[in-house]
Amino acid sequence: MASLHTNYLGITSPNPFWLASAPPTDKKINVLRAFEAGWGGVVWKTLGSQIKNVSSRYSAVDYHGSRVMGLNNIELISDRPLELNLREIRECIRLFPDRAMIVSLMADNDRDSWHELIRKVEDTGAHGLELNFGCPHGMTERGMGAAVGQDPVIARLVTEWVMEVATIPVITKLTPNVHSVVPTGRAAVEAGSQGLSLINTIQSVTGVDLDTFIPNPNVGGKSTFGGYCGPAVKPIALKMLTTIAQDSITSKVPISGIGGISTWKDAAEFMLLGSTTVQVCTAVMKHGFRIIDGLCEGLSNWMDEKGFNRTTDFIGRSVPTLTHWEDLDLNYHIVARIDPDKCIHCGLCYIACEDASHQSISLTPGHPYNTYAIKEDECVGCNLCKLVCPVDGCITMVEQRVGPEYLNWKEFQQRGLPLNDH
Amino acid sequence: MIRDNRLTKEQYDRNFSDIHPPFETRDAALVDANRCLFCYDAPCTKSCPTGIDVPKFIKQIATDDIKGSARTIFLSNIMGGGCSRVCPVEKLCEGACVYNLMEEEPIPIARLQRYSTDRAMQGKWPLFVRKPSGGHRVAVIGAGPAGLSAAHVLSREGVDVTIFEKEEKGGGLMTYGVAAYKVTPEYCAEELDYILSLGGITVQYGAELGKDLPLEQLREEYDAVFLAFGVGLARRLDIPGEELNGVVDALRFIYSIRADGFPSVPVGDKVAVIGMGMTAIDAATQARRLGAGEVTLLYRRTEEEMPCTKAELEIARLDGCRIYWLAAPCEVIGSDGRVTQLRCEKMELGPPDASGRRAPCPTGETFAMDVDMVIKATGQMPFEQMVDAGGLSHHGGKIETTGLHGITSLPGVFAGGDCVNGGKEVVDAVQAGKLSAAAILSYLQTV
Repeated sequence: MASLHTNYLGITSPNPFWLASAPPTDKKINVLRAFEAGWGGVVWKTLGSQIKNVSSRYSAVDYHGSRVMGLNNIELISDRPLELNLREIRECIRLFPDRAMIVSLMADNDRDSWHELIRKVEDTGAHGLELNFGCPHGMTERGMGAAVGQDPVIARLVTEWVMEVATIPVITKLTPNVHSVVPTGRAAVEAGSQGLSLINTIQSVTGVDLDTFIPNPNVGGKSTFGGYCGPAVKPIALKMLTTIAQDSITSKVPISGIGGISTWKDAAEFMLLGSTTVQVCTAVMKHGFRIIDGLCEGLSNWMDEKGFNRTTDFIGRSVPTLTHWEDLDLNYHIVARIDPDKCIHCGLCYIACEDASHQSISLTPGHPYNTYAIKEDECVGCNLCKLVCPVDGCITMVEQRVGPEYLNWKEFQQRGLPLNDH
Repeated sequence: MIRDNRLTKEQYDRNFSDIHPPFETRDAALVDANRCLFCYDAPCTKSCPTGIDVPKFIKQIATDDIKGSARTIFLSNIMGGGCSRVCPVEKLCEGACVYNLMEEEPIPIARLQRYSTDRAMQGKWPLFVRKPSGGHRVAVIGAGPAGLSAAHVLSREGVDVTIFEKEEKGGGLMTYGVAAYKVTPEYCAEELDYILSLGGITVQYGAELGKDLPLEQLREEYDAVFLAFGVGLARRLDIPGEELNGVVDALRFIYSIRADGFPSVPVGDKVAVIGMGMTAIDAATQARRLGAGEVTLLYRRTEEEMPCTKAELEIARLDGCRIYWLAAPCEVIGSDGRVTQLRCEKMELGPPDASGRRAPCPTGETFAMDVDMVIKATGQMPFEQMVDAGGLSHHGGKIETTGLHGITSLPGVFAGGDCVNGGKEVVDAVQAGKLSAAAILSYLQTV
């Protein structure tokens, strides 16, 4: 059976699943329960500056009957006394020495505050530090969190302060609220950060209450931009992760992937795109720590099926397959095919293609069931019909190459081949 | 022995409780609403005689626009509430749901339709606004589904409508001829009130065509006349003993359950029900639910040819009704004027008849069963005499119309529903009313 044992900068854990810095990791009672459930590690909720929280703190986006497709929060960093947190961290490490204990930090914006905080945290026996350069609300107004992460110069400066005293591995957590995560990632790595984690939450407004006209979450008649997370942000996180995994400087350090990971499949995808560990929060906030069993078993079973003995066998494996558009093969062509035995005549492929794609599906009227077929000459192979089809395996995309050889855009232009022909 | 008051109040209440209970909560409705695939050119819509845009109204439920959802339903079928209770959906919308082709449960379309329409009626939502009266007057004969449907469309367009109804209540067979566990008399009254709340529609009860109202007079007094008086006379068995005490007509039996209250309706110990249509099932199941010890359904053909749906048959079976296929009654035997036995002849299937179904042929072999009550549910006859006296062309009493829009042989006279088709579903009658109303509106432009 495949081993999920993970080594991240010398920090070992029985599996690559860590709990992200968030409410599930803000006190001993939660963290011990998480470890008992089997989580590989935790990133303790951010310690540092003194704060005060509001009520309410969360709002969500539901989709088509499913709750919490995305979650938004306006909660701040830990609002518990620092000394209490430090004592509890020490106890958790003592009780579960085989689990990873990373502590998230956000000190006031001066060198001494950072130095003092790091010394106190290292004294607990924690295995690593995660620099919170990403919190998008509340702290930014005070020049912290995303205000640091959004400016590579400041991020570099703060990382340098950290590296002056840190003796354990330092991971810098990046904010997605930027055009590109790479400049800050580079600044952090160049300043000495040994690892990167991403993404933090995305600034958002989840919706507006149509009775009160007040956006969510409602705090006494007002709202504020919150940090968005959960399954909805996964595609954005994967893209940002890939840019870090492909950059010549940032790719030199191990990555801890974050952003909507709810299932073992999500985790495998993050790892294929370069994450050594993955961090989970929203899925636990919805379902509790018990989901760890399914995450570990699913990942392990998949690894067995694919012949992977350890996670390093596949971490980053998909990174080289994400390329520039102009490097894609223009001779590769596929057309849709509908399996008439599987078709349930819902017409969803037809109307999608007819109204929104290339009018490549024919409709033969019937009562009550119409018959649908692909016009292969018209089909551009866009996938839309297959994506909207509710029956697994009913629509398949069949390869019909235009030419046998690989042909990219540059070569295509050089040969003067016809443009705009579909 | 035939007697009433066989059960306790609790037993009656349990036996006649709603067979298709509504969704209790919004969450419950949303689970099913969100399952709907939102098919294009949807088979459910195409299988609805009134063409309700099912995917649209379900999407409106799923997006919390119940008002829009109810309007979508009522726009196609003003009796969408009643139909959600009485339609044989397993052979219409739900039977066509594409989930059936995935071997999955279909979307509970009727239940969702009930969810919306119940809210609209409970809230008395004014979903339609009548155009100002344009001065045209139309007489509608019969306040059943076809008549109400036509009246609603006409009134919306500013026509002043008078409905003449021979009974004391409106709703037609919805009110008089459906099992109480499907739709209650109270509901029928509310549905009627809701339809009439549009305004512009006057109902005169106790007014019967031919008797109090000559068709000629109506044609003179109104710009157009819509005939929607249904069918009425129970088809006779024409066998010896039919006049014996204990032989009753199914519709009369069903009506008395609805009108008199459960304890007051007498029922036998051993009941035979003749026929295998929806009315036969409604009569048989209700006889059981009133406390009859033994109920037997007799049908001269087989399950293949039966007019009721499989779901209906299943209700009868679950209620403990026995079923004799290929059996035709040939004599009711009595003693002291009361039914004691029913003699039947065994049948076999021959070649297809005019209906396309294999015809039952006598075998000469008979058998007798002990019964004390015989319920006749072999269909109803058109009002042939009345139709003939009115000077309308007809086929054996069924009014002859051209096209789908109910245009009769008399100018300005239109007809639709059971009086034309001989007896179909409520939903068919509603559609006929709609189509005729469209034809009447065109006609009114010309007069």
